[in-house]
Formats: sequence, C-alpha cells, structure tokens
Amino acid sequence: MELLIALIPALPLAGFLFAVLVGPRLDHVPIHGHGHTDDHHGTDTHDHEVDDSAFRPVPTEEEQRATSPHAGHADDLANAEGADGVIPADLSDGLGQAGHVTTGGERPRYRSWIIPTLFVGISWLISMAVFVQVIFGGQVFEVTIYEWIASGDFVINISFLVDELTAMLLLVVSTVGLLVHIYSIGYMDGDRGFWRFFAYLNLFMFSMLLLILGDNFLMLYVGWEAVGLCSYALIGFWYKKPSAAGAAKKAFIVNRVGDFGFGLGIMMIWVNLGTLSFREVFDQIGTLDVTTITVIALLLFAGAVGKSAQFPLHVWLPDAMEGPTPVSALIHAATMVNAGVYLVARANPIFAEAPVAMWTVAIIGVFTAVFAAAIALTQNDIKKVLAYSTVSQLAYMFFALGIGAWTAAIFHLVSHGFFKGLLFMGSGSVIHGAGGEQDMRHMGNLRAKMRWTYVTMVIGSLALAGIPIFSGFFSKDEILAEAFNRGYLVFYVVGTIVAAMTAFYTFRMIFMTFWGEWRGPAAVWDHIHESAPTIVAPLVILAVPTVVLGLILGIPPEEGIIHGWLEPIFHDVTYVGALPGSILDGYNQRDETHHFELFGLGGLLLLVGASVAAAGVFLAYRWYVQRPESAARFVERIPLGLGPGMYRASANKYYVDDIYQLVWSRGGVLVSNALWWFDAKVIDGAVNGAGWLAATIGGALRKVQTGRVENYGLGIAAGLALVILVYATVVR
Amino acid sequence: MDGLPILTLIVFSPLIGALALLLVPGHNHRAVRWVALAAALASLGFSLALLGYDPAGAEFQFREDLPWIEAFGMRYTLGVDGLSAVLVLLTTLLSVVAMFYSWDPIKTRVKEYYVTLLLLMVGMLGVFVSLDLFLFYVFWEISLIPMYLVIGIWGGPRRVYATVKFVIYTLVGSLLMLVAILAVAIAQAGAGNPFTFSYEVLRQFAYTDAIQAFGFIAFFLAFAIKVPMWPLHTWLPDAHVEAPTAGSILLAGVLLKLGGYGFLRFAIPLLPDAAVSFAPIIIGLAVIAILYGALVAMVQPDMKKLVAYSSVSHMGFVMLGAFVFNQQGLQGAAFTMISHGITTGALFLLVGIIYEQTHDRQIAHMGGLNARLPHFAAMFGLFTFASIGLPGLSGFVGEFLVILGAFAYNGYVAAATMLVVIASAVYMLWMFQRVFFTVPSDWMRQWWPALRDINRNEWIALSPLIVLVVALGVYPGPVLELLAAPVDRIIEAVNGAGLTAFGPWR
Repeated sequence: MELLIALIPALPLAGFLFAVLVGPRLDHVPIHGHGHTDDHHGTDTHDHEVDDSAFRPVPTEEEQRATSPHAGHADDLANAEGADGVIPADLSDGLGQAGHVTTGGERPRYRSWIIPTLFVGISWLISMAVFVQVIFGGQVFEVTIYEWIASGDFVINISFLVDELTAMLLLVVSTVGLLVHIYSIGYMDGDRGFWRFFAYLNLFMFSMLLLILGDNFLMLYVGWEAVGLCSYALIGFWYKKPSAAGAAKKAFIVNRVGDFGFGLGIMMIWVNLGTLSFREVFDQIGTLDVTTITVIALLLFAGAVGKSAQFPLHVWLPDAMEGPTPVSALIHAATMVNAGVYLVARANPIFAEAPVAMWTVAIIGVFTAVFAAAIALTQNDIKKVLAYSTVSQLAYMFFALGIGAWTAAIFHLVSHGFFKGLLFMGSGSVIHGAGGEQDMRHMGNLRAKMRWTYVTMVIGSLALAGIPIFSGFFSKDEILAEAFNRGYLVFYVVGTIVAAMTAFYTFRMIFMTFWGEWRGPAAVWDHIHESAPTIVAPLVILAVPTVVLGLILGIPPEEGIIHGWLEPIFHDVTYVGALPGSILDGYNQRDETHHFELFGLGGLLLLVGASVAAAGVFLAYRWYVQRPESAARFVERIPLGLGPGMYRASANKYYVDDIYQLVWSRGGVLVSNALWWFDAKVIDGAVNGAGWLAATIGGALRKVQTGRVENYGLGIAAGLALVILVYATVVR
Repeated sequence: MDGLPILTLIVFSPLIGALALLLVPGHNHRAVRWVALAAALASLGFSLALLGYDPAGAEFQFREDLPWIEAFGMRYTLGVDGLSAVLVLLTTLLSVVAMFYSWDPIKTRVKEYYVTLLLLMVGMLGVFVSLDLFLFYVFWEISLIPMYLVIGIWGGPRRVYATVKFVIYTLVGSLLMLVAILAVAIAQAGAGNPFTFSYEVLRQFAYTDAIQAFGFIAFFLAFAIKVPMWPLHTWLPDAHVEAPTAGSILLAGVLLKLGGYGFLRFAIPLLPDAAVSFAPIIIGLAVIAILYGALVAMVQPDMKKLVAYSSVSHMGFVMLGAFVFNQQGLQGAAFTMISHGITTGALFLLVGIIYEQTHDRQIAHMGGLNARLPHFAAMFGLFTFASIGLPGLSGFVGEFLVILGAFAYNGYVAAATMLVVIASAVYMLWMFQRVFFTVPSDWMRQWWPALRDINRNEWIALSPLIVLVVALGVYPGPVLELLAAPVDRIIEAVNGAGLTAFGPWR
C-alpha cells in the first residue's frame, strides 16, 4: 500500500515526462490543415512553421463579433494557406462539426492524450482505494521516500501522509482531475498545443497531489509553488494573446506575494520548533507563546489568501480565465484554489491557538464573500461570473475556518469542488457551442440546442444557489448554522445576504445563457450544437455528486457522516472570550449538548437559507426572464442617483486592479528606474570619478618621474621610513 | 592520498593543452578546437575523481605538498575539502560547456581564444585547490588576466571601457588581498613561529585585533569586489554585456564564486573575530544587494544586463548566508554558489543563442519567440524558474536555506530578504513574457524566417546543466553532505569570536 501511495503523484509525473518527450510525435497536424477550434482563442493557437499568422495580433472579441466567428477562422486560414491559395470549402462549416476539418484528405490526429489520461486514471483508481481504506478502514498512511534536504538540524523528507483530511481532498482532486482530462480530449481537439496541454495538466496533477499528500510544511510549499507554475503555464497557454500572457504573469506574481508570507511562516515554525513535520509541529505548537503562534498563523494565512484568491490578493483569479476552460474548471475552481483552505484546515492546531488569527481569517472570509459576490452580480462574461463566484465561495470556506467550523469548511470545499467544476466545464461547453462567445449578452435560448449542458448546468447552479437537496445547500447552510450557533450573528446575517446574492447571480447566468431569445449573430445560431460526448460525459458524471453528496454527507445537518470522518483531524478552538462579531460573551466553542432539530432552531435556519436562495432565484427570473428591463430600472431607482455609479464600480471590480496597476506596477517601475539611475549616475559616477581622479593625479605625478637616480633613492628611503613607522606604531 | 597527483592533473591539464595548442597551426580551427576540448575534458575527467572525496575522512584530501620558494615559506600545497571539491567540479564542467558552446560563435583568433580559456581554467582551478596563501594569490592573479583578454579581444563594442573597469577594480582588490596575506603571514611569524603561508598553520594563529580588523577589511574589499557586493558591483553588468557568451558563462559561473570562496575559505576562518564583528554591516549590504539587484534588474532593457543584475541579487544571498554563521545559512550560501553557476551559466548561454542569430539582446526587440523556437523557449523557461527559486529545481534549496539561516539570525533580515521571491518573479517573468509570448516585434520579423532553434552543439553544451539543475533540486543530498563538514569548521572558528578592542559593532 505504501508504494501505491507514492504512485498516486508519480503516475501523473510519468505522464508529464511521456507527453513532453513523446507527445509531439503522437499528434499529427497537417501543415495546412486546420483543426476545428473550440472557442475563439483557438484561432490563435495554430503555429505554422513559417507563416504570417505568428505576426498577427489576436483579434479582439469585438472584432470577432463584428464579423462572425467563422470569418476569424477563414481569415486565419487564408493566411495559413498562403501560396496555395486553397481555402477548404468546408471551412466555414468548421463549427458545425464536432472536431474535424479535413484538408485534402488529411485528418489531424491526436493521440498524445492517451498515456497521460491513462496514468491519471490509474492514479485515480489508487486514490479511491486509499480513500476507502482511510475513511472506512480507519487507516492512516505514512510513507517516507527519501531524505530531501538535510542541513544541520534542518532535515526534510519527501514523505507522504494520508489521513482523513487528505483523503477528502484526494477524492476531489483525483476525480475532477480525471474528468477534466477526459473533457479536454474533446475540448482541446484541433489545438496545435494539444500534447503540451496534456503535459501541463499532468504536471499539475502531480503538483497538486504532492501538495495534499505531503506530510510536512515544506512538501506542502513545494506542491504549492509547483501548482503555481502549472497555473502560470496553463493560463498563458494561448501565449500569443497579450492578455493571456499578462494574466499568467499576474497570477504567478500575486501568488508570490502570498508566498512571501507563507515561506516566512514556515521558517518561523522551524526556527521556533526545529521541525516542519505536521505531527511534530502540531504536538509542540502549544509550547509557544500566543504572539508567536499568531504571527505564524497570519503568515501562513497570507499564503492562503494568495492561493485561494481572497481579498486583497483576489485580482489574479478573474484574469486567470484567459486560460482554456478545462483549466479554469480544474485549477481555478475545483483544486488549486482550495489549497489555501486546505492549508488553514491542515494547520488548524496552530490557528486554534491564535484567536486574533482566527478572527482575521473570518473577517477576510466574510468581507471577500460579499465583495466578490457584489462583483459577480454585474459581470457579463460567463467565466468571469463563475470566477468571482469561486472567490466568494472560497471566502465562505475561510469564514467557516475562521469561526472554527473546520468540518463545515471542508464539506463546502468538497461539494463546491464538484459543482463548480461542473459549472465551469458546462460553461466551456456553452462557449464551445456558441462559437467562442463568452459574453452572455450575446447568448440566449441555448437550452433549445444544448439539452445536456443545460440540464447539468442547472443542477450545478441549484447547488451553487443553495437550493435544498443539492450539495451546496447542505454545505453552505452548515456554515451559516455554525456561525449562528457560535454566536457570530453579524457574520451569519452577512453570510445569508451573500447566499441570496449567489442565488441571484447564478440564475442570472442561467437565464441569460439558456433562456430568452438568441441575441448573438443569426449565422452562429445555426451552428450551435451540443458538445461532443467526451465533453458532455464529465458533466453528467459530476452532476451525480452535485445531487447526492449533500444528502450522503450532510444529514443530519451539522452532524452528518463527514463530521465523524474528520473528527480526528480538527481541534476545537480552545480559547474562550468574545471576539468582535460574536455577541455571546465567552461562547465561541461549539456547544456539545446542542443537537440539530428539524422542528427547532436548526430547521428554522435551514428554512431561512432555502428561502433566501429561492428569493434570489426568483428575483433573477423576474429581472432576466419576465421583465428584462427591470434590472436597469432598479439601478436608476437607487436613491441619491448612486445607482449608475454603484453599477460602474461593480462592473469595474471596484477599481482594485486599477489601483494595484498604478501603485505596484507603475510604482515598482518608477522605484526601479530611480535605483537604476542611482546605479548608473551615483555609484558608477563615483567609480568613473575615481578613475578620472587617478588619471589626473597620475598626470600630475608624471612630473615627479625625473629620471634622476638620486631623486628615486630619496623617495625609496622616505617610503621605507614611513612603512617602518606605521608598522611600529600601529601593528605593534 | 597516494598515487596520482589528481589535483595537479586537474589544474595543469589545461596548461598542457594550451602548450600543445602552440604547436597546432592557427588556421586549422578544427584541430585547435579539438585539442582545447580534449584538454578541458581531461581536466573534467580527472576532477570526477573528486567524487571519491570521503566526507567522513580527513578535512583536506587529495593533498599534495612540495617545497616551492622555501626561503619565504611558500609551498606548493594543494588539497580539497567538500567545498572546494564541488567548486572544482563546477569549474571544470562549466569550462567544458563554455568551450563547447564557443565551437561556432568564435571565428576570429580561434587559437588565441582557446589558449586564453585554458589559462583561465588553470587560474580558476588553482584558486580552489591551493592551501598555501601565496600560491592562492598567484592563481588568483592568473585567473584575472585571461578574462581581461577574453572581454578585451572577443568582446562587444564597449569592451575597452568594460575591461579597464574590470581590471582596475579586481586589481585593486587583489593587491589589497596581497597586503592582507602578507600581514597575516608576517604577524604569525612575528610571534616566533617559522615563516609560512600555509593556510592550515595560519588559521591556527590568534591574530591581534588590529591585524584582524585591517586584514579583514583588505580581504573583504578584495573578495567583495569579486562577488561583487553592493556598492562595488558596477563593473559586473558592463563586463557581462561586453563579454562573449563563453566569457559570461565563466564570469558568472565561476569567477564570481572566487569571491564567495575567498570569504568562506580564507577571510572568515583566518580572521574570525573580525568576521563576526563586521557581520552586521556585511549582512546589511547583502540584503541591499539582494533587493537592489532585483529591482534594478526589473527595468533593464538588455537581456544580458538583466541577468547580470540578477547575479548581483543572487550573490547577495551568498554573502548573507555566509555571514549569519549557522549551518543553514552557510550551506545555503555554498549551495547557492553552485546553483547560480549552473542557472546563470545556462541563461547566458541561452541569451547567446539568440544573440548569435540576431546580434541583439534588447528585450523590446524580441517577442513571440515561443512560436518559432519552442525548445529554446522551454529551456529558457526551465532556467528562468530555477533562477526564481522554484522548488524541485536547484535554485530553491540554496535560497531557502539562506533565508532560513537568516531567520535564525534575525527575523526582520529574513523578511526583508524574502521580498525577493516577489521581485525575482517580476523581473524574470516580465522578461520571459516580453521575449517569448505575444507576437514578434517589428524588429524581430526581419530575422523570423532565418531563426533556428537550439542546434546539436548547443544541446550538448546545455544538457549537463539541464540534468544538474533538476538533479540538484530533487536530490541535493550528496552536495549538502559534502558541504556539511567545511561549514561546521567555519562555525567552529567563529564560535565565541568577536573583536574585543576593535569591535565597533559589538
């Protein structure tokens, strides 16, 4: 079994190496052949050996829309065909076919997915076996592979730990990972970077599995940085697009801001405790004083804020939507962004000892939840809505962590991982079907043509909105109930408002996309089609846990089976005393005598949760189906004429990106340029000045060189005397 | 160690090669290259014997000790410990890489070029194996002149300015070092001991505070210029920009390490009291260098200059780690020297590949190269991420250990240093984006059809670096093990040290 655990990350690594070394030879893309591209980014991904297309800047979304999605293809192809001047007749039909464009009888062929997907599949099988062993067999696995770094007392092993918490994450990461691989076979078909995509995906799986399997903080950090690299590579996958290249860089750098804290936190743990192994650190953390623990916890949390895109480091995640949609589903919804939640949950013994840190986590969580949801309300790009939603939902998890509701946070992580993965893959299917369109204002009525996508996305949306029996209902309401029961009434109220906002923007998305009239170009409408089976199948599979997971894990609410599983991991918060946000003095521990009653407080809370969700859905229905003009009217009716300004602020993401751009990017370049000037003028100026001085003095001293031996003799004698003098006085 | 004088063979194989080259007709470039490469490979081959260094054995192994100028106590004493063993291996490897890379690009004065590179090897290798301070000084000077020639003859348009600056800077440093060496030798002899330049003898002697202070300052200036340490670094970007690619590889890869090695081998163990007393200042300068180098690198328009300023930042890590005087810091410093040699050597090599084709290194002139040169882009990416300390690649181990050591010394120093994880990502990834992503600049279009990806020779030159950058990141154990004992000795030397009478910082 031990060896098998090492195989879980090792197989994707092998898949990566295979894809890099052999992959390019397995894909056959005819030089003049153009695969069908799934969304409009795809147009730019065809690298011809020597042709003009490399120089062509990427058509903007507006340009694409101005013509038609086909025009973009045809135009690009015309360039590609070059001298041949042959534009395949069936080209304009490209979108109508699921996958292939034939050019002179040559079919593009993609086989590089086979081994990577197979390896991830085997890894998934092992993961599930391990999951069962750990959760139902009560086993905990510890495996040491080898000693990685040893410097004096600083000894770090490459070693794995699979306990209940890791097992829960393994379930999400392996499952969604495998499904995204399958999904990508169809989604990335026709992209010249096909093998490269699978290589990156496998490297990501390796990194993410390393992250959750590591048994010490440094292993976690290694996985943490490695997933950051993969995220960089995949966001910038369509690297010819300046926006994609910029988004990739931004994601990496913003994450590094968080890593600055995370790295220091790890070092501070080692300096104080002399170990980084989870077990040993958690056993000994109580020996430190509260201030030290708090600083450690806050530094670790800085890393979590970066990786899980919480305010103020949330700015990278919406931009990360530049990456292909499978990437958004896997990395930026279901797995990597959960790493911050995992870190805090894993380090719960540290946080539990540091009230101020807990409070910070909760406040950041509650604030980000509102903040991101308020942006999601006005976004028109379907992926941006989901991105801000992800930020907001992750914020729920931090909110739960911050009040000590560890299990509720992990429950929401698992359920969110599945339904948000589903929603993102569904949005990819929509984008695919709608000819690369991402703007929901140019969609509509897609349910008529994309049945499977529609149904599965509605299921995902019901979960996200928190409608009863779907998984998100149980996990979200558990967080809210915990907040209520622990006395954090302010947090409870804010969290409930966010739940209503969530339901609203989720169904705003559904109604704008699938209902009403088609608002895009009429020519596109004829080509809209349900996506290929490899795209739809993962949606259907993910719909299953979205429906049943909550019922299995979450009943009865707050005491569901998942609580029993995760109990060994989580420490109750031991401090007593009210923190801001809690109105009950001395009460922020879970009351052990409290039990859920359907016809009592618990039931009432569920009812409130279900009601606000239903209200949100209803409002979306009213505004976006019944009376499409009423949203605009509502904005105008906001008193004091603040409406349009508020709308603009939300649509512009509250200008946070612009402020950062000004302060950090411009400011950083300004400071760097100032330092460079200092380097060239002051430091080097002094150096050159010294050179000039030496030359000048040398020129003057040249006159001393008289050529008369007696003059030199005198000089020698004087120098010798000076040396002796100095030696005698100073050295002795 | 009985049997073959391995160290002599390592150091002087290149010299024999250089002498042999004198017999080869200069117009026969092929013969010249093969003879030079054979000599360098011989040296590399002999240096592999150092892998047999036994970490549990005597401090200095493979020792050779012959009388040289006995009247002044100068002896031909060679020996390696773990630290010098890995540096020797790095030097022989990078020298072979540099020679192999020069195969096509160098077309003028080929014979002279290879003679110069071989002599440079002699100097660099000699520095790392000398256990006699005067012998060390001689090799140190030998290493200076060939680099002067490499930049001055085969360099870029502003090579004269750059070489003059380089030579004057380093000559000032080495003269100060000579003074310091003489001072410690004379002081030791002044106490009634036999006159000697033997490192092993001199480090046993307890020097007075005045000798410690002035000797250390002289050593410090010599080595700090070489490292180079802020604010003595301005010769480096100029030298790099003008140097041919192979020159840059060896300059960044090995010559800068002479400075770091000087501190670890000589300045600190010989004069530990002064080292401890001056440590806070040096740590301060190191932190400045780390951040300043990174920030200035951010706005460089020239790829080579950017990498040069990043070297200032990375070498700041070496200084920081060396002067926090704990195992993590010191091992991290030494490891960073190795890793920086590999990654920066590789980065300069890669910049050279594009420069050979376009005769330009301006970042603004690049763009979109990923589409045309995918292998080149992938390799550049690999070393970019190694340079910014991605775990799993070699840069991380040293960087993390240094900051960890700094944390044990002072949390605020570590926090300030840690800022570089952000800054380094900014300057490297910004460059990477501008060079490889989006679409080619108008300027690049004219070269576009003629651009070629990494060729066979370049792959051969790169491949050992690729293997090492991954291997050292994934399994740094053997190198760390080699470095453990030398580091322990340094800590032993500085334990309880500190100037009593001349300790302004105590």
